Amino acid sequence: MAQTPASLRSNLGSFALIGIVIAVLAGAFAYTAGFLSPGRLTPKKVVAAFAPASGPALGHRRNHAKGICFTGVFESNGDGAALSRAAVFDRGQYPVLGRFNLGTADPNAADSTVRVRGIGLQIATPEGAVWRSAMINAPVFPVSTPQAFYGLLEASKTPEAMKAFQAAHPELAGFGAWASRKDWTSSYAEEPYHSLNAFVFVNAAGHEQPVRWALIPAAPAVTISPDELAERGPNYLEQEITERVRANPQRWTLRVTLAEPGDPTSDPTKAWPQDRRNVDVGTLIVQQIEAEPDGPCRDINFDPTILPRGIQVSDDPFPAARSAAYARSYDLRTAETKDYPRTKTSTRP
Amino acid sequence: MTERTQSFTLFQRVLHWLMAICILAMLFIGVGMVSTVMPKYVPLLVTHKTLGMAILVLALIRLVVRLRYGAPPLPADLPQPMKLAAVASHYLLYAMFIGIPLIGWGMLSAADYPIVLYGGIRVPAILPQSDFLHTLLWNAHFYLGFALFALILMHIAAALFHALIRRDGVFQSMTSQRFAFRTEPE
Repeated sequence: MAQTPASLRSNLGSFALIGIVIAVLAGAFAYTAGFLSPGRLTPKKVVAAFAPASGPALGHRRNHAKGICFTGVFESNGDGAALSRAAVFDRGQYPVLGRFNLGTADPNAADSTVRVRGIGLQIATPEGAVWRSAMINAPVFPVSTPQAFYGLLEASKTPEAMKAFQAAHPELAGFGAWASRKDWTSSYAEEPYHSLNAFVFVNAAGHEQPVRWALIPAAPAVTISPDELAERGPNYLEQEITERVRANPQRWTLRVTLAEPGDPTSDPTKAWPQDRRNVDVGTLIVQQIEAEPDGPCRDINFDPTILPRGIQVSDDPFPAARSAAYARSYDLRTAETKDYPRTKTSTRP
Repeated sequence: MTERTQSFTLFQRVLHWLMAICILAMLFIGVGMVSTVMPKYVPLLVTHKTLGMAILVLALIRLVVRLRYGAPPLPADLPQPMKLAAVASHYLLYAMFIGIPLIGWGMLSAADYPIVLYGGIRVPAILPQSDFLHTLLWNAHFYLGFALFALILMHIAAALFHALIRRDGVFQSMTSQRFAFRTEPE
């Protein structure tokens, strides 16, 4: 096309319009991506906040970094089927893959230095559905929102900031009271593990029931102080669970607690009243322990929003935030495999 | 001087605009979801996966339709570099429409994520778990997503250039059934 100065001038408005359309689209895209909102809480920021000053442990989960794999089964007793149409609640036995872990960003942390113990769980059912969950031994969560959790992570880096944070967040008290107790247990097998977050069970009739769940250990708790645990060595828990499971499979009852109207489903700092109806839906049986570097749990992201039909997220804001952050952690660590070699014979950092 | 320019078939035009909506939504959802920890993350992720599969299916249908019915010829007086850009960008667009969803599917498979779409529809994995493949595909998905958005901006700019400045019927070939009439500049 012969473009003369005259035609250029007459088309100036059209060129400007094209420029505006493109600029508006590009701007909207940049805004959506968060490029124009440095204050937005992103998965990147949350995950970075877990890292100690010396940097994250490359190749490892960015939190709950120390852990050990297990396999086993979930034996469903059928009592959950009235609450949720998920196949996992039909009477039967379903394969389980999981991971016991410590709530720390340091994969080499001594057991006695970490109060929070957790379990990552995956239950698969034959028709192809997968349920993943990540639970901890604390009965309630420290804060009510992901934003506050990020604030807590940042504040915990200096004592002054922590003091200010505690003053501004009285909801920390419940978790704090639990965390400061010295009656720890000496085994992963003696811990209860709580979903903390509320989810919604949907049954065959479409009825929606907000729930929380917990794994209640069959093994009686033998309490131990952190100092006594320290004397048993930095990796006592992994040795202990390996030997214990080798001798006998370990069991937990999966207990589902049903919310009543008005119970706080959106706030994991608030426990529900003690008299809420519980339904024991089955038993987790841990049959075999495997070290993480070559273990089957290593490549699994125990994202709590990976749910079968019949279980949904609730108005609790945490599962979504955890999902976003866990994915970021997974993306990072799977790109760093060389820093956490697979074979037991290779040198570990 | 006027000259007739054929339009795309009705089915091709419907496919184009349907995919245009899906793909723009897809790109915005993609960059939005990876930058948020809010509750909307969960529905956005399901939507992204579902739209991705829909785009893959639509793109394959569109490829077959394109091979069968072709495209109206570009205006004879379109400068050679523009013709080349038009042809090359369309090859690239088709490759990305098919490639990016496939890469996303492979990426989720390589991470051992169950792939569940709207309505609980489960999609099988197409790759075994692999850290190496996951990282490779994740990077490809991420950067190709931005590249596709850039290409779409160029596509829109070019379409508007044809519509507003050249007024040569190229834009109308994707908007109307009637034959467009192209006027040579005086």
